[in-house]
Amino acid sequence: MEPIDLDLDENELELPSEPMHLNMGPSHPAMHGTVRIVLELSGETIVKSDVQIGYLHRGFEKMCERGTWTQVFPYVDRLNYVSPMLNNVGYALAVEKLCDIQVPDRCQWYRMILGELARISDHLTCNGAMAMELGAFTPFLWYIKAREMVWDILEEETGARLTHSFGRIGGMASPPTPALKEMCREAIPAILKIVEEGEGMLLKNRIFIDRLENIGKITGPEAIALSWTGPCLRSTGVAYDVRKAHPYLKYDEVDFDVPVGTRGDNMDRFLVRLGELRQSCKIILQCCERMADDGPVNVDDPRVILPPKEDVYTTIEATIQHFKLVMEGAKVPKGEVYSYTEGGNGELGFYLVSDGTGTPHRVRIRPPCFPITQGLSDLINGAMLSDIVPTFGSLNMIGGECDH
Amino acid sequence: MSVRVLEALKAKFGDAVLETHSDFGDDTAVVTPGKWKEICRFLRDDPSMAFDMSVDLCGVDYPDRDPRFEVVLHLYSVGKRHRLRLKSRVGDAEGDGAEIDTVADIWIGVNWYERETYDLMGISFKGHPDLRRILMYPEFEGHPLRKDYPANKTQPLVPYRTEEEAGLTLEKQAPFGADEGMPFGRRAWGSDRGES
Repeated sequence: MEPIDLDLDENELELPSEPMHLNMGPSHPAMHGTVRIVLELSGETIVKSDVQIGYLHRGFEKMCERGTWTQVFPYVDRLNYVSPMLNNVGYALAVEKLCDIQVPDRCQWYRMILGELARISDHLTCNGAMAMELGAFTPFLWYIKAREMVWDILEEETGARLTHSFGRIGGMASPPTPALKEMCREAIPAILKIVEEGEGMLLKNRIFIDRLENIGKITGPEAIALSWTGPCLRSTGVAYDVRKAHPYLKYDEVDFDVPVGTRGDNMDRFLVRLGELRQSCKIILQCCERMADDGPVNVDDPRVILPPKEDVYTTIEATIQHFKLVMEGAKVPKGEVYSYTEGGNGELGFYLVSDGTGTPHRVRIRPPCFPITQGLSDLINGAMLSDIVPTFGSLNMIGGECDH
Repeated sequence: MSVRVLEALKAKFGDAVLETHSDFGDDTAVVTPGKWKEICRFLRDDPSMAFDMSVDLCGVDYPDRDPRFEVVLHLYSVGKRHRLRLKSRVGDAEGDGAEIDTVADIWIGVNWYERETYDLMGISFKGHPDLRRILMYPEFEGHPLRKDYPANKTQPLVPYRTEEEAGLTLEKQAPFGADEGMPFGRRAWGSDRGES
């Protein structure tokens, strides 16, 4: 019996080589966030990619134009839902810039503590989820355990675990609880221990390292041209951190470093986030030292701050003021302002236009994820199909923020 | 923010800079749309400006004004650490003719911002490499962030069809009618079948 392929031509054995189209998403089990990537593949190599967002668009900016300035707070909670407190603080600072209000020192320290707690939660989620998507489920659970400690503190302070709606124009919804400092001092060593354990599991793992190192590389000038900010920009070696470059609140009075990477690959983004997390812990401990135990939290300005409840129930002036602030909203002076803070993923900007009434004329959010997601296409073109998952994970795209 | 940038802009472009102000510490220049691209290129390339990062680009609708829309571009220089807000006014009172040159070839990061502004505000960017809707779906009609777009308006993904147009009659729409939901509560199955 003669062999079957005796008279086969070598060339006929080749597989068809026209590019193959593949849809990744909108809902993909190995990616967090609802995003669709249309891929053109040659074998397993990505020739062309088109990232499509908008699946979580809820008309944030349109909704803001309907209520009062204070009623925007619940909406900003739902932008970056992993670190809502940073959005609260960012928006409050923007409106206060427009009203020319400076909140009391105690409130500034309080906002810093809550904001940095939110940043820890953001970075833990991002790094944990990235590890999980690469198959390392245990570090994810450990990081979520650490995040739970952060959320316990935030729940104790604000009453909600995820969507706090805790910021107010000219202050916070309520003063710090007496147990805040103690809770922070207890939780932070525990969080750091868990982070270290998780790090030990991941950074000695050959598979994890191989899938991250030298994948998804970008240089500093490229990242700047793409408008990247935050940990993703710093991983390329550009030390731009809003907290250092343009300090707000009390960031110029605390001692912290800005971790930077060198290569701008997935591994650097992972390490920069871990470094920032440690710096955040350092900042929180310093804030706990500096924050006074008593004193006012809200600014003493009846134009924006609701009167005390006992006055509302007993005096007519306070009742009228309360009614006007709730029904008409705080009158914000006419003008436009761009205020920027360091969010979980980078520069979180609010461009506000006021026509002098109690309702915003335009609230524009500059979501840090938006330009970062735009750069995803450049990172994965030419890479392998399986590189999408770690690259996308390390960018930390948050659907609510990216899609408004 | 740096006032020197505004001075340099006024010195170089003269009449093309319509107005400048530094309210709330944000340096702002309003320029004519015709010089938009030239000014942007100057701001990026001139070594004393060096605006290498386009932080944000968006549109604002002022329905009472003519021109009606403002295109607002926020720039930042990572090296020099100064910021600038550059604005231009386009479009007539009806919202037509809202068009401006793209700057996506100057800063590639602007690409999606311009798509978003086109999508939500209806300002088109001449020469943009890929001007598609980004947040809304392709079949969406209108531009939702315009002030004359009703906030509670709904649009179906597929255009609405009556039952006749769709070739359907009510009987065919099992298991319940067009406007009826599932009944709540536990159904008495036995009585339906005539059993005790």
